[in-house]
Amino acid sequence: MAVEVRVTANMQKLLKGQKSVPAEGPTVRDVLDDVEKRYPGFKEMVMTDGQLHRFVNVYLNDEDVRFLEQLDTNLKDGDVLSVLPALAGGAGNHRPA
Amino acid sequence: MSVLGAPAGRIGGDPMAVTVYIPTPFRKLAGNQTYLQADGDTVGEVLDGLGAKYPALRHMIYNEADEIPGHVNIYVNNQEIHTLQGKDTPVADGDELAVIPAIAGGATVLTPEQVDRYSRHIIMPQVGPSGQRKLMEAKVLVVGAGGLGGPVALYLALAGVGTIGIVDFDIVDLSNLQRQVLHQNADVGKPKAISARETLQAYNPDVNVVLHETPITSDNALEIIPQYDIVVNGADNFTTRYLVNDATYMSGKTLVDGSILLFDGQATVFVPGQGCYRCLFPAPPPPGMVPSCAEAGVLGALTGIMGSIQATETLKQILAIGEPLIGRLLLVDALAMDFRVVKLRRDPKCPLCGDEPTITELIDYEGFCGAPFPGGVHEVSA
Repeated sequence: MAVEVRVTANMQKLLKGQKSVPAEGPTVRDVLDDVEKRYPGFKEMVMTDGQLHRFVNVYLNDEDVRFLEQLDTNLKDGDVLSVLPALAGGAGNHRPA
Repeated sequence: MSVLGAPAGRIGGDPMAVTVYIPTPFRKLAGNQTYLQADGDTVGEVLDGLGAKYPALRHMIYNEADEIPGHVNIYVNNQEIHTLQGKDTPVADGDELAVIPAIAGGATVLTPEQVDRYSRHIIMPQVGPSGQRKLMEAKVLVVGAGGLGGPVALYLALAGVGTIGIVDFDIVDLSNLQRQVLHQNADVGKPKAISARETLQAYNPDVNVVLHETPITSDNALEIIPQYDIVVNGADNFTTRYLVNDATYMSGKTLVDGSILLFDGQATVFVPGQGCYRCLFPAPPPPGMVPSCAEAGVLGALTGIMGSIQATETLKQILAIGEPLIGRLLLVDALAMDFRVVKLRRDPKCPLCGDEPTITELIDYEGFCGAPFPGGVHEVSA
C-alpha cells in the first residue's frame, strides 16, 4: 500500500527536513520499517522493543492506532499516517533538568 | 448616565419631554443614537412612543405579552422602575430614562458601564446578559503566566471572567518578551504573577486576579485546583502537565489543555470520564528525547493562536455553548497553516480514568517524569 507519513516540526530533522514522506507497506509496522530504510534513526524516535513509545501516538487518518490494531493495523492506498510526540511546551522559561 | 434635570410639576397639558439612554447593544435598533428624546407622562407612555418610532427596539423592551421582559431593566434618574411604580411611574420634564438589559430576578445587574464594555458579547444571542453574568461569576485557574497562559488570561480578563487564578513562581526574563504578551520591557526582573496581575487589571479592573506564586506540586495542587471551575494548562514541562492532569481529574474539574513546540501546537479539552492526558500520552518521554521550547524554540505568534484557542474553549465551557474540543485533539501546523482534528478516546486501561484505576491519589511526578518540578532553583533560559 502506498501511504503518506507525516511528522511534527520537531521530527522533521529525522526526515531530512521534510514534513511528510511517501512510504509503502501493508501495515503500520511495515510502513515505519520502510521509512527507517531510507531515513535511518527514524524508528528510534517512534518505537522501542517493537512497540510504539508511550509518548508517541500514530494516527491512521484521524484515529489513534492504539485503538485499532496498533502496529498491525492494516492500511490501504492513500492512507495518511501522522506521527505525533507529546509536546511539553507552554513557552515558559524553564529548562528541563 | 447623568440626571439632566430635577422632576418638575406638570403645568400645562403637554406630555413631559424626557431623554432616554440607549445602551450599545440596542443602539443600532434606535438609529445609532445614544440618547433619544421622547414624550409621555409615564414610563409606559414613553416606551410606547419609542416602540412606535423604532419597531426593532420595541421587540427588545417588550415581550409578546407586551410586558417588559425580566432581563431588561428600566431606570428613571438612576432608579429602577420596579422600586417605583413600574410602567406607571410618572415622568417629568428633563427626566432621564435608561434601558439596560439585565438578568431576570438576579440580585446583581450589569451596570451601564458593563453593558457597554461587554456589548459585543451581550448582543450575541449565544451569550446575552445571562451569559455575560456566567462569565463574571466564573473562576478559572491558569497554570503558567507564559506563552500560552498569557493570551489565555488576557482574553479571559477582557471577556470579564470574574476570577482568574494565576500559578507562576517565575521571574520575567528578556527572552520571554518574544512571545509573552502579559509582560513588557519594564517588567524584566519582576515576578511573572505580579506582572500578569498588573496587566490584566489594567485591561479590565473588574477582574479579580488571584496569585499563587509557587510551583504547583503534589503538596498544593489539591488545595489550589478545587477553588476553581475550570483549569487551563499552560505548563512548560511534563512533570507539571501530568500533575495538573491528575489533580484536575481528582477534583472533578475540566482541563483545557494546550502545548506548543517550534511551529506545532496541540489543544484539547479533558472532562472527567471522557479521556485525560494519560489516555492521550500514557507516559512522558525520557528527559531530553523531546526538546523544550527553551532548547528548540517556538514561534512567538503560535502561542497567541494556541492560547486564543484555549481561551475560546474555556469561554465555551463557561457559557455551555457550541461543540467543545472534548474527545478531539486539534493539531496546528503553523508552517503549513494546517489545522487538523484527530480522535481522542478515554482509554479503558488508563491508570487514572480507566476502568480499573491504579492512580487514586497524587503520585511522585518527579520520579514518574524523571525530571524535577521547575522552580527549585531559578534558571535563565538561553
